Amino acid sequence: MTIFLTVAVIVLIFIVIFQIAKASEYVSVLKGEEVSRKQNNKINGFLMVAFLVLGLIGVWYCNKLYYGKTLLPQGSASLEGERVDSMLWVTLLVTGVVFIITQVALFWFAFKYQESEGRKVYFFPHNNTLEIIWTIIPAVVLTVLVVIGLRNWFLFTGEPDQSKRPMVVEVTGKQFGWLFRYPGKDGVFGKKYYKNINDVDNFLGQVWDDPMGHDDIVGSQTMYLVKGRPVKLIIGSRDVIHDVGLSHFRMKMDAVPGIPTTLWFTPQYTTKEMKERTNNPNFVYEISCDQMCGNGHYSMKGNIEVLDQEEYDVQMAKLKPQYLMAFPDKDPANAKPAAGQDTTKMAAKPVAATAKTEVKL
Amino acid sequence: MSNEAVVHTHHDAVHEVHGDHHEHHHHETFITKYVFSQDHKMIAKQFLITGMFWAVLGGLMSVLFRLQLGYPDSNFPWLHSLLGKWAENGHITPDAYYALVTTHGTVLVFFVLTAGLSGTFANFLIPLQVGARDMASPFLNMLSYWFFFTASVVMLSSLFVETGPFSGGWTAYPPLSALGDASPGSKTGMDLWLISMALFVVSSLLGGLNYIATILNMRTKGMSMTRLPLTIWALFFTAVLGVLSFPVLFSGFILLIFDRNFGTSFYLSDIFISKVGALPNEGGSAILYQHLFWFLGHPEVYIILLPAMGMVSEILSVNSRKPIFGYMAMVGSLFAIAVLAFLVWAHHMFVTGLNPFLGSIFVLLTLLIAVPSAIKVFNWLTTLWRGSIRFTPGMMFAIGFVSLFISGGLTGIWLGNSALDIHLHDTYFVIAHFHIVMGVASMFGMFAGIYHWFPKMYGRYLNNTLGYIHFWVTIAGAYMIFWPMHYEGLAGMPRRYYDYGNWESFKQFIELNRFISTVAMIVFAVQILFLFNFFYSIFKGRKMTQLNPYGANTLEWTTPLRPGHGNWPGEIPEVHRWAYDYGKDGKEFISQTAPVGADESHH
Repeated sequence: MTIFLTVAVIVLIFIVIFQIAKASEYVSVLKGEEVSRKQNNKINGFLMVAFLVLGLIGVWYCNKLYYGKTLLPQGSASLEGERVDSMLWVTLLVTGVVFIITQVALFWFAFKYQESEGRKVYFFPHNNTLEIIWTIIPAVVLTVLVVIGLRNWFLFTGEPDQSKRPMVVEVTGKQFGWLFRYPGKDGVFGKKYYKNINDVDNFLGQVWDDPMGHDDIVGSQTMYLVKGRPVKLIIGSRDVIHDVGLSHFRMKMDAVPGIPTTLWFTPQYTTKEMKERTNNPNFVYEISCDQMCGNGHYSMKGNIEVLDQEEYDVQMAKLKPQYLMAFPDKDPANAKPAAGQDTTKMAAKPVAATAKTEVKL
Repeated sequence: MSNEAVVHTHHDAVHEVHGDHHEHHHHETFITKYVFSQDHKMIAKQFLITGMFWAVLGGLMSVLFRLQLGYPDSNFPWLHSLLGKWAENGHITPDAYYALVTTHGTVLVFFVLTAGLSGTFANFLIPLQVGARDMASPFLNMLSYWFFFTASVVMLSSLFVETGPFSGGWTAYPPLSALGDASPGSKTGMDLWLISMALFVVSSLLGGLNYIATILNMRTKGMSMTRLPLTIWALFFTAVLGVLSFPVLFSGFILLIFDRNFGTSFYLSDIFISKVGALPNEGGSAILYQHLFWFLGHPEVYIILLPAMGMVSEILSVNSRKPIFGYMAMVGSLFAIAVLAFLVWAHHMFVTGLNPFLGSIFVLLTLLIAVPSAIKVFNWLTTLWRGSIRFTPGMMFAIGFVSLFISGGLTGIWLGNSALDIHLHDTYFVIAHFHIVMGVASMFGMFAGIYHWFPKMYGRYLNNTLGYIHFWVTIAGAYMIFWPMHYEGLAGMPRRYYDYGNWESFKQFIELNRFISTVAMIVFAVQILFLFNFFYSIFKGRKMTQLNPYGANTLEWTTPLRPGHGNWPGEIPEVHRWAYDYGKDGKEFISQTAPVGADESHH
C-alpha cells in the first residue's frame, strides 16, 4: 500500500511540474516569445553565478564534514606512504588552484556575458600567443608532477633497503580470504605447485619433497609484521584475480593467479600505537580485496597486526610449520604420544614450546 | 562513393533533384520508414530511443544498488516483488548486487554512451553538416543499428537467465569471467554477455567505417576539411578510434570464448577452485586480457567523450554568438587526444604487477593527455568571454559539460600518476573521477545535443521550463552524488562492495552513502521527467516555424523544416566559409552558404 501511495505521490508531483511547464509555455506565447526568452535568460544567468557561489560553499562544507573521516588526518602508517600523502597534497594544490580559477571563470563569464541590450560581440577567432601560453604552462606543471610521481614510483617498485633486515611474507588470495606464508627460520620459501593444493592440510600446494618448505608457516586471517622493519610481500592468487589493498599503508597490488607480484613497505606504528593515534580502541589494519573477485568480494578481509620485534617473536613461536600440520607424526612434540592418532585434522593444538621457530631473513 | 553517386542510386533523392518538392510522394511503408529505414535521420532516432531505453534500465539498476548501499539493513518488500529470488525478504542478494553493478556499467558505457551518443549524433549530424544526402552506405548504416538492436536483445535476455546475468564487473577480467565455477554469473549469463558484446562490436565497426567514409568522401562542394564544424571533426576522430580499437577488444573476447568453451589456456594458469579442485590450464596470462581490454577500454573513454566535446564546441559557439576560439587548436587537440588515447591504456593496470619501467612511460603519456584537454577547456572559456550568451537548455548543458569536464579531468591527474594510483586505485575516488568526467559529462553533452537539435529532428521544440528544471537538478545532483565520493576514496574505501558494515576502516560513511542514494533517486526521477518531455514534445511540442531558430551557420539549418530522405529538396548547398562567422563585421551570423563578400575582413 505504501508503495502504491509513493508512486501516486511521485506521479502527482510530475503532473504538477508538467502543468506548470506547459502553462509557462502558453504565457510565453502570450507575452511574446522574445520577451519571455530574455526573461528566462536573465534568470538563468543569475542562477549560473548563484550555482557557483553555492557550489563553492558546498565544496567547503563537504570538506568540513568528511575530511576527518578520510585517512589523511591520521597520517600514513607506512614510511613510504608518507610520500604518497605529500604528493597528494602537492597535486591537490595544483589541481585545486586550476579548479577554482576555471570554474569561477566559467560561471562568471556565463553570468557577465549573458545577452543584453547593446552588447556587442567581440569577434575573436584565435590568438596564437594565448594558445601557446596555455599549452606551455600545463605542460611545465605536469612535468613537475610527473617527476615527483616517478621518483616515488621507482622507490615503491624497487627493493627494500637490505640493511634494515627486510622480512618476506607470501600473501595468497582465494575466494574469499587470505593466506599468509612465512619462510621459517631458513628464510627461504619451499616450492609449491598448485595441483598439490587441498583444503585439508595443504592450502598453498606446498611440495613436501622440498626440505626448504618444511619450516614454512602458513596462517590465515591475520598477518604479523614488525614495526620499523620493511616487509616485502610476494603476492599470488589461488583462483581469480584479487588485490591486496592496504589503505592505511597507502599501498596496493593485484594478486594474479600464475604470476607472482611484489610490494614492499615499512610499517611505522604498531597496531597498539594506531589505536591511540586514531582514538579508536577497535582499530585494526585491514587488508581489503580491491579487485572484483566474485560475489563474496566485499567480505574478503584480512587483518595485519604490527608488533614490536619481541612480541613478534613470541607470536611466531606459537605458530607451527604447515609441514608438521600435514604430518603430525614428524612433529617432535608429538613423537612420544601415539603417532597417527589424528593425521588429517589441522585444528590448532596447543603448541609445545620446544618447537621454536624463529623467523629471520 | 561521391554525392553524385548517391544521388543517382537513390530514388527519392533523384526525385528531389529533379525539382519535385513533394517530399513524401514516393511510397514509403511503415516498415521502410520507421523500422528498416535507411534514412540516416531515422536511424539516428532509432539509436537515440534504444539508447534511452537502456539509460532508463541502467539508471534504474543504479538506483537499486544505491538502495543497498544507502540502506544496507533495511528490507523493501517491493524489491522482492520486482526481483523475486534476487531479493529474498526485500533485500538484494550479493549475487543480484554484483549483477546490477556489472550490467549498469556495461550498458551505460556501451549501449548508452557509445551507441546512444555517438550512434545518434554521428548518424544525424554527419550528412546534415557536411552536406550529403545520406551516409556513404545507408544499407550498412541500417545494419549497424540492427546489430546494435540484436546485441540489446541478447543483453536483455541475459537478465532472465536462471544463474543470473554476468556479475564480474563491466571489465570482465578473467579468470573470474572465464570460470562458471568461480561465480554463478560467469555461467550462461557470461556467454550471453560475450555474444551481445560481439554483436555490439560489429555494429560499432559498421557504423564507424560509414562515418569515416562519409566525412572523407561526401562533403559538399566547398566544404574543405578545415571548414567542417567541430562536431564533425570530433565524430570523425571518434569513428577512427572505434575502428582501430574495437577489433582488439573483439580479439580479447574471442580468446575468452575459447578459454570458456574449448579448453584453451590463453588467460588461465595455476588455478584451484574451492570445491572443484585444480584446473588443468597452465601457462596462460590473466594480464593479457587486461591489455587487450584496455587497448579498447581507454580509447573507449574518448569514443564517449569526443562527440560530446564536438557538440559542446558547436553549441557554445552558436549560443555565445561568437566564433569558437582557436578552431585549429581545437582540431589539433582532438587529434592529439585521439593519438594519445592509444598510448595510455596501461594506466588502468599500474597495480597489476606491470613492469614498473613500462608503468613510468604510461604515467608520462597519461599526464601528457592533460595538455590537449587543458587547451580545450581554456578555448571554451575564451569562447564565452565577451560573447552574448543565450541560455537555451542546450547551452546550459554545454556549460555544465565544461564544468564537469574540468572537475573530473583534474582528478585524472591524480590517478594518472602511478605513485598516487597505488593508493587510490579501485577506490571510490576512481568512481567519482570517471563518473564525473566520462559518465555525467558525456550525458550532459548528449542532453545538450538533444535539446539543441530536437527541433531539427522532430520539427518541434522541447519544453524549455522542463529543460531548465532538468538541467539545474541534474547538475546539482551530479555534484552532490559524486563530489563526496572523493572523500570515501581518500579513506581507501574500495569500489564494488556490497556492504561495508564489517569494515572498521570504511563503515564511517553510512550516513553519506544514504545521502548519495537519496540524491541519486531524485536525479533519476528528473531524468524520467526529461523523457516525458521528450516523448510528449515529439507529438505535442511547440511547432518550429523558422528554418534557422538559433541563427546558426551550419548546413543542417538550410534544410526544410522536416527534411525528407535526401535532406535537401533541390541542389545541395555550396559552402563558402567556415562554420563560425558569428559577430563578424557587425553581422550576427553568416551562414556557411553565404559567398565571401568583396569587402569582408580576414581573420
